[in-house]
Amino acid sequence: MVNAIELIGISKRFPGVVANDDVSLTVEAGEIHAICGENGAGKSTLMKILYGMQPADEGRMIVNGDEVHFKSPSDAIAKGIGMVHQHFMLADQLTVLENVILGSEPMQSLGRIDFEEAHRHLAEVSEAYGLTVHPDDFVETLEVGERQRVEIIKVLYRGAQILIMDEPTAVLVPQEVEELFRNLRGLRDAGSTILFIDHKLEEVLAIADTITVLRAGRTVATVKPEDVTAADLAELMIGSELPTPETSQSTVTDEVAVSVRGVTVLDEDGRPIVDDISFDVHRGEILGIAGVEGNGQAELIEALVGTQGVDHGSIEIKGLDVADQSVRKRREAGLAYVPQDRQREGLLFGSPLWENTALGHQTLPPFAKGIWFDRTGARERTEEIRRDFDVRTPNIEVAAHALSGGNQQKLIVGREMSSEPELFIAAHPTRGIDVGAQGAVWEDLRQARTAGMATVLVSADLEELIGLSDTIVVMLRGRIVARLDPKTVTPRDLGSYMTGATVAESKP
Amino acid sequence: MNGVGRKIVLALAAPVIAVVFSLALSSIVLLISGSDPLAAYWDMIANGGRLETIVDMLNRATPLYLSGLAAAIGFRMNLFNIGVEGQYILAAFAAAVVGANVILPGVFHVALIIIVAMLVGAIWSGLAGWLKVARGINEVISTIMLNFIAITGIIAWLAVEMRDGPLTPNSGTKFIPESGQLPDLNGWVEVFTREISGGRKLSAVLLLAIAAGILFHLFLNRTRLGFDLRASGYNPFAARAGGVPADRMVVLAMVYGGAMAGLVGMVDILSRHHRYDADFTPGLGFAGIAVALLGRNHAVGVAVGAMFFAFMDVSSPILQITGSATREIVTIMQGIILLSAVVAYESVSRYRLREEARAAAAALAEDRTVS
Repeated sequence: MVNAIELIGISKRFPGVVANDDVSLTVEAGEIHAICGENGAGKSTLMKILYGMQPADEGRMIVNGDEVHFKSPSDAIAKGIGMVHQHFMLADQLTVLENVILGSEPMQSLGRIDFEEAHRHLAEVSEAYGLTVHPDDFVETLEVGERQRVEIIKVLYRGAQILIMDEPTAVLVPQEVEELFRNLRGLRDAGSTILFIDHKLEEVLAIADTITVLRAGRTVATVKPEDVTAADLAELMIGSELPTPETSQSTVTDEVAVSVRGVTVLDEDGRPIVDDISFDVHRGEILGIAGVEGNGQAELIEALVGTQGVDHGSIEIKGLDVADQSVRKRREAGLAYVPQDRQREGLLFGSPLWENTALGHQTLPPFAKGIWFDRTGARERTEEIRRDFDVRTPNIEVAAHALSGGNQQKLIVGREMSSEPELFIAAHPTRGIDVGAQGAVWEDLRQARTAGMATVLVSADLEELIGLSDTIVVMLRGRIVARLDPKTVTPRDLGSYMTGATVAESKP
Repeated sequence: MNGVGRKIVLALAAPVIAVVFSLALSSIVLLISGSDPLAAYWDMIANGGRLETIVDMLNRATPLYLSGLAAAIGFRMNLFNIGVEGQYILAAFAAAVVGANVILPGVFHVALIIIVAMLVGAIWSGLAGWLKVARGINEVISTIMLNFIAITGIIAWLAVEMRDGPLTPNSGTKFIPESGQLPDLNGWVEVFTREISGGRKLSAVLLLAIAAGILFHLFLNRTRLGFDLRASGYNPFAARAGGVPADRMVVLAMVYGGAMAGLVGMVDILSRHHRYDADFTPGLGFAGIAVALLGRNHAVGVAVGAMFFAFMDVSSPILQITGSATREIVTIMQGIILLSAVVAYESVSRYRLREEARAAAAALAEDRTVS
């Protein structure tokens, strides 16, 4: 039997990042093939290449035995490949049928749409694959799971034999996930091939016939679900030969540097995204915050930094409540911040490095002299950071965008640490950077701890959290649901707290 | 040094490419319209060398420069302030009215007129900034509408209300008394040259414009506030995370731009007509946008852009007189050079960014092989 898809040696680079590095993948016809890996492992990029949304820099693609070179998604659709996006692309005010045929309407003479033909074809498709929808319902009245079914039918209607599903369960509640899985098995039995992207291990094990694991842009393994456990998969995804982010003995002091009490952030509808969060961070302590993305960690960090308003609660840095203060006041009070998205929030891409190191600290020496910006001071400080934090750059006059991702991050960490802050907030500090820079950032965080800073670390990398933190709290649906000792907790335990599978016996 | 030489070549590449390209394109346009390009260029250059033309040019370049700077402040912050037109006309009108109704010793009288103009410009422009921050109204929309309100609304009404004497085609506000008139610079220039003929006067607002250019440069590049402003323009998200108060920056940029715009009308008010009348020069605000684009929002660049536009403007009558081309060709040439400059600068800056990234990658690779 001919394989549905063969990818050979696919590589894709973006400035500062290698998204896919010599990835090879074979998908048999009529199987459900899961691609799993951490955020930033290169799953989405690989699927975008396969669907013709981005060209690969290197490598070959073979679909149903023919070598293909897709220039756009229409080429992919013509070869029977369809993509169900994570975020639905449906028009709420149109009916299910209208949404399905949008862009490939069966036509009659005089440019009229042949609705009868459309109805007939839709009925055929939903019968063949066992997917029930009501063609004349308006999409705005549908539940999330039903909308997803419409998306799937949209793709099938166009004759897709190979379906790419980008994290389809992310938006679904458990019952809907079961329904989806039933449907997917039905599709497979009807002859479709399904590529399923996910990073929830239990789901992958439940649905897939074959699993390919990506890590840091490379394929690390292709396994059968019956041969592996979730723990095995996690190890494949995270990798165990990486340098371990472990700290030596405790430097935690009794002195409370930062005290957060009852911090609550409401969304537009008045529902709490961050719900009554309280914790203390001592000098010399790293507090790790764990949680599945979207459980309020990002908003909590923004509330601490001040880019997001706080609806209730207090944030005390060295006894000074800054909850109502501007970002600038907080920074002057001793807050430093390594943002989650360094390109968006951390850098002035087109500006020289010495202006970048001033960002966030421009009101204080050595960057400020009265009302003036101190260019000499800024350059000197930047040279220090370049030396102390090993930022690899030809000189400090180059624009920030010229550096690799890892070096950009070292520059940001250096900038924030050299202001000698009281509170050091690091959000996903090693996300998407190479292993070498990762090790350097870990070392920097240890330095911060030794230097007596109070550090708040948010990370999706559980080994990183466990290795570096003195205390770990787990956030779920905006609340702190567990407070754990990293010395005794395993990634697996942490994972079950994060998903709510285990409920903490001792609430903080 | 190779590195320095390379830098200079890169810095000069864009203007040279732009000039060569636009000369070529303009020549084609001239040929198509049946003129001899060389003759036309020669007429413009020969005329441009005359002392009187240079005075005209400087008098024209002065308000263009101020207007270019006014637009550039907003552009530096990614605010498309196209309200300079309304701001400077309203400011000039208010300044003319106030100036004509007070009597003060010379320096104070002139200073008062300038301050009134800057204040009115700042308030009118700040209004657009406030609307953006408080109500989320895009500054392009609000400044266009404020232009209409200022010019066809307030001034069209008040110019009639406040006119001095009977309503004639050239009626205007009351004349500003002599203490509020700015002396010309002819005396200074004539020390070095022959007498300036034809009753032309080199406006002393030129000195104000030079001072404004230096302040503009120092403010943006050397002060903390200027850094905040540029940072918000480059990357508002990073600036916010870095403690820059985003809303305040928007209002400030608009207010500063408006104050600068207030100076644009001062050549007419302080040096030429000494009142607001039907001869008041319109269109400087829109021309300033082009000048700012041509000058890359940089103090020196905008000056070059203003000189260039002024040169083209004073050249157009001479083409008419010698008959080597129609005067409208000048407007076409201004458009061509603006487009060429924008394209050339963009291409060169992309090239430069790529080169920089390559150099940084090479440095990193070298480093690896050593260690």
